[in-house]
This record gives sequence, C-alpha cells and structure tokens, in this order.
Amino acid sequence: MSNPLLEIDRLSVHIPMRGKGLLSSGIKLRAVDEVSLTMQRGETLAIVGESGSGKSTLGYVVAGLRQQTGGSLKITPSRPHQNGRKPVQIIFQDPFSALDPRMTVEDIIGEPLRLMGQDRGTRRGRVLEVLEQVGMPAEAAQRYPHQFSGGQRQRLAIARALIGDPELIVADEPLSALDVSIQSKILNLMSDIKERHGISYFFISHDFGVVRHLADRVAVLYLGRLMELAPADEIFANPAHPYTRALMDAVPRIGRGRRKRGQVLKGEIPTPLNPPSGCVFHTRCPRATAICSTERPLLLPLVSRPAQLAACHHKE
Amino acid sequence: MGLNLSIDTAVPASSAFGSGGAAKVQRPGNQALLEVRELTVSFPGEGGSRSNVVSGLNYRIEAGETLGVVGESGCGKTMTSLALMGLVPTAGNVSGQIMFGGRNLADQKDREWRRMRGRDAAMIFQEPMTAMNPVMTVGRQIAEVLIRHEGLSRRDAADRSVGLLEAVGIPSARRRADDYPHQLSGGMRQRAMIAMALACKPRLLVADEPTTALDVTIQAQILDLILELQEDTGMAVQFITHNLAVVSELAHHILVMYAGRGVEYAPAEKLFERPLHPYTRGLIATLPDPDRKVAKLPVIPGGLRSSRSPGCPFAGRCSLASDICRAAIPPMIEVEPGHHVACLKVSQ
Repeated sequence: MSNPLLEIDRLSVHIPMRGKGLLSSGIKLRAVDEVSLTMQRGETLAIVGESGSGKSTLGYVVAGLRQQTGGSLKITPSRPHQNGRKPVQIIFQDPFSALDPRMTVEDIIGEPLRLMGQDRGTRRGRVLEVLEQVGMPAEAAQRYPHQFSGGQRQRLAIARALIGDPELIVADEPLSALDVSIQSKILNLMSDIKERHGISYFFISHDFGVVRHLADRVAVLYLGRLMELAPADEIFANPAHPYTRALMDAVPRIGRGRRKRGQVLKGEIPTPLNPPSGCVFHTRCPRATAICSTERPLLLPLVSRPAQLAACHHKE
Repeated sequence: MGLNLSIDTAVPASSAFGSGGAAKVQRPGNQALLEVRELTVSFPGEGGSRSNVVSGLNYRIEAGETLGVVGESGCGKTMTSLALMGLVPTAGNVSGQIMFGGRNLADQKDREWRRMRGRDAAMIFQEPMTAMNPVMTVGRQIAEVLIRHEGLSRRDAADRSVGLLEAVGIPSARRRADDYPHQLSGGMRQRAMIAMALACKPRLLVADEPTTALDVTIQAQILDLILELQEDTGMAVQFITHNLAVVSELAHHILVMYAGRGVEYAPAEKLFERPLHPYTRGLIATLPDPDRKVAKLPVIPGGLRSSRSPGCPFAGRCSLASDICRAAIPPMIEVEPGHHVACLKVSQ
C-alpha cells in the first residue's frame, strides 16, 4: 500500500485552438485543468460528470493515448511488465467499432501477444484462457466480431484488455451502449475480474447506479476541474459539492412517482474555451455567492469527514 | 424549470402551446384518444414467410395521459410508434386497428397520413439530427410546419416559431432561430425538435427515447419540459424507452414489451408496487440502484432470441417456465382492475 498505483499531480490538457482572426489566436480549450488524484492498487475510481467535463480526455491520458500539456502522471506497477506488455489497458463504450471486423476473435485478442513476438501456439492457449475468464466459449475464437451481440462484443473487448495482464483498466462508459439486462451481466463480470485478479478500474461513467455498484471512490469533474473526490459510501450518503448533489438528484429513480424529482439543475455546461471565473460551476450553482465568481476554490477535506474532498466555498 | 409562455409582442398570445390544445380534445363518453387493437406489423422473412415484429398489441391512451412503452432492443417498441405515425417501411405490413379520435388510421391513405402527421400527432426521436434538415435553419423548419398545416404567412410563421422556441426554454430564441441544427447543443436540439413537433398543438406526442443520448441533468430538464407542456396543452404522450426509471417519473400507464408482444400493462404505481410478469420483475431487479449497493446484481439469463417455438417468447429465459408455457402463447389477462399480464404462471 506504500506507493499508489497511479499518481496524477496538477495534470492539465490544454488544446490550442487554431482559427481565423486575431481573437482566436492564443485561445486554449481547457479539457482537463490541474487535476490531482491518486489510486491505490486494486481500487476502482469512478470519474463522473456531464459531457464536456473532460472525463474521457483524462482517461485517455491515463491510458497513454494522449499527452498531458501540464502536470505529471506516474504509474507504479507492482510487478515488471516485460515484452512490451502494458500495465494499463482501455475498453471503450462502443463494442461495435472497437473490434476489427476482418479479424477472427483469436487474432484480435491475441494481437498484443503477436506484437510481443509470441508464437501462435502460446497465443492460442492464452486466448482461450482469457475467453474463459470473460465467460465466452472456446469456439468463439474462430468467429468474427459481427457474429456476436453487443454484450458479447464487450466481453471480447474485456478479454483483449486482460490478455496483457494489466493492473489498471481504463473503462470509458463500457455499459452505456448495452441493453439493461446485458448491462448487469457485464457489470457483474467486471466485479468478478476485479476481485479475482486484483485489477483496478479507472471507470468513466455518467450512470450513478452503475458507479454505486462498482466504485470504491468517486471523482466528480466539471469543465475539466475536480469538484469532489471521496469514498463512494460517503459521497452517496452525503455529497458535499452542490454539483455532485445536482447530478445525483437528476438520476431518475423507480418509486419516486410522477414529478417528484428534486430541483433540476438549470442551464448547460459552459464552453471550456472560456470557462467562468472563480469557481467554474458558479454560473449554475444554487448556492453561489460573490466570492464564487472571483476566487477559485481549492479541493480541501471536509472537517467532519476528512476522506471526502470538495472544491467549494460553501460545501455541505 | 419554469416554462415561459410569455411571447414576443408581435405574436398573438394564443399562438404558443397554451390552453388551445386542451379545448381541442373531445372526449365523448369513455372513448380514449388512442386505442390500439390487435396491432401487428410483419415483414417478409426467409422463404416467403412473414415474421412479426409486433404481434397482437392492445393498449389505449386517454387525452392528457402518458403511456410509457418499455422494452429492450428488438422488442418492437419503435415499430409500434412508427405504425402510429404511418411510417412503417414499405416492406412492412400493418394489420389491426389504430383508433385515433374515433377513426381507424390503419387503413388511411398516404395523403391522409401526411395531413395528420404534425397536426394531430407528432413524433420526436432520440437523435434530432436525423429528424431535422441539416441545411435549413431551426426557425425556418418550424415555420414550414406552420405554413403547411396552419396556412400562416411566411412572416407570421417566422414570428410564431420564435415564440415556440422560447416556450421550450431556448434562451435568446430570436437569435437561435437563425441557427442550423448542428450549431445547437444536444439538449437544445432536442428542445427545438419538441418545439417543431408541438407547433400545431398535436393531441398526441410520440416520443421515441428522446432523452437517451442526453446527460442526466439535461434529461431531467427535457422530462420536466414534456410534463409542463402536457399540463399546458392536455396532449397525450406515448413515451418509448428502455429505462424503467425514466418512465416511472413520467407515465400514468406502462406497457412492457418483449419480442413484439405486450407482456404487462398496468397503471404505473401498480406496476412498480407489484410487478407481475417475470420479465418486468427482472428488468426492475437488474437496474443498478444508486441508493443501494448490492454484492451481486440479479441478472436475466440468456438473451433475446427469435424463437420459432409456439409458446411464451420469454420461456427460454424464465425461471418459472414449465411445459404449459412452451405449449402456447399466454394471452394478456386482467388479473386485477387495470393490471394486465401475459403469463400463465401469474394469471393461474
């Protein structure tokens, strides 16, 4: 437990915008803005926020698919990962576009091993092993992606992520494209894999039901900034940031009856090209006061629950 | 979110969605606004056979009421809505009755459908980009509906479309009316599509997963908007979704579909209080609850398969199924007032 699996320190992704005219020169899109967090081994961290909050961009940086423009990111594997094996893998939302339609399942899943120079025989054994881990029959190896349903394809994508024996899987909305009855199966599979292999998930989602089920801790992003970071049990029982509360209130729930929703958050997420001053959430915040538009709040622990951090001048 | 029905001074007050719609709805006796009887939609299958995408569906919607139609991909919920709008692809065959305001739409001519769509009934979709013209401004598209159906002049129609955009909560509506659909955010596009659908105060709004592609915060706004517009106009809504939690906040009645058939049909409170069909119970149990963490989520085993067997289409995935379930399709039976279920294990 001494050193964390993942350490992110004041990480930013600012994308320079190219355009015509004087006004656009020097404008940067602040997709991720000075985010700091750590993940322990075996821990699942959920990243939640609306579209445009920067959650996928942050996930891509963690997965090594994108470079940060500021700050640092450090991954400390617990064991050596040789032959080009990577400690971090990624699975995507759309299992239809993530798998090459012209390759057999065996070739798709075994590709990372082929690139490491392993022979076909060794690869085959390992492919069958991961197929079993994701609950797919051995016959699947000789088929093509189009022969599988959405849920089965997501299993194949997970198998491909597992074959490199990763310690961290970045999962970018892996359930959103699936039917409800399939979602619960994939969710249970991800829980199983986590328990059996000690894998951590960097789990990007907008679905609080799913997050409640899988996450040990939750990070709430808004316009590229971290609004709240807390253990799942605490954030669900007592969200400290008004944005977190608004997100949770907006989730439809069975049993509330017609029109019994809490106050609905007004307006939409502003453009990250020109984020509001001070606290970026102040333009939509029901608790905003004068200080919120001038001073950027720091992410600080709550007095009563020090494991829960929130960046708000008026946290609960 | 307060609905602002005050409109630009150039537009007469009666021209927004307000009050007019409710008066338009006539309810002689207990006749429903929409009554669907034995609706079946079939498509040519292999070797000259026909396969039913929707089979023998029955339901009704009263004026001012919302029916939630719930089911997973392939259950026939979208095809049901297309049938209501006369939009089933030409290869498809529609049979049964669609009684709307006392008339059977099922044997309507194309010309009659065109006159009806937009005026009496309108539909909104999951992705407004597919339903809107990408090379026409939003204001112009709404104006076209008004010119066509209400015979307004171009100028009056343009003014009224700004009023409509305001009424659905689009800020700086006059400026936004000159935007093209791609210039709006997903939530604003959905609002614009609702404005377009409601331009002629239809008595029925068919909404096909209109919030599925949206963030939860924007989804909540759109659901509130639909509820408010319904209160103002008295329109009936058929709301199609895969998300039971969404309809639980919106619907008076719920129809659960599986493999093209209705399996449970009940008032919303009854359905959530005491779901009867094993599939409905599975759908509810399998939904991860943000307020409660469980070690393992219950699952519905197997997947939706096209079944050629004569029995209950859900039998292959049902823990209660026995030989009688595989022998014949269970009929929809009213097991208590208003609560219908198609399951022999429950109704016996």
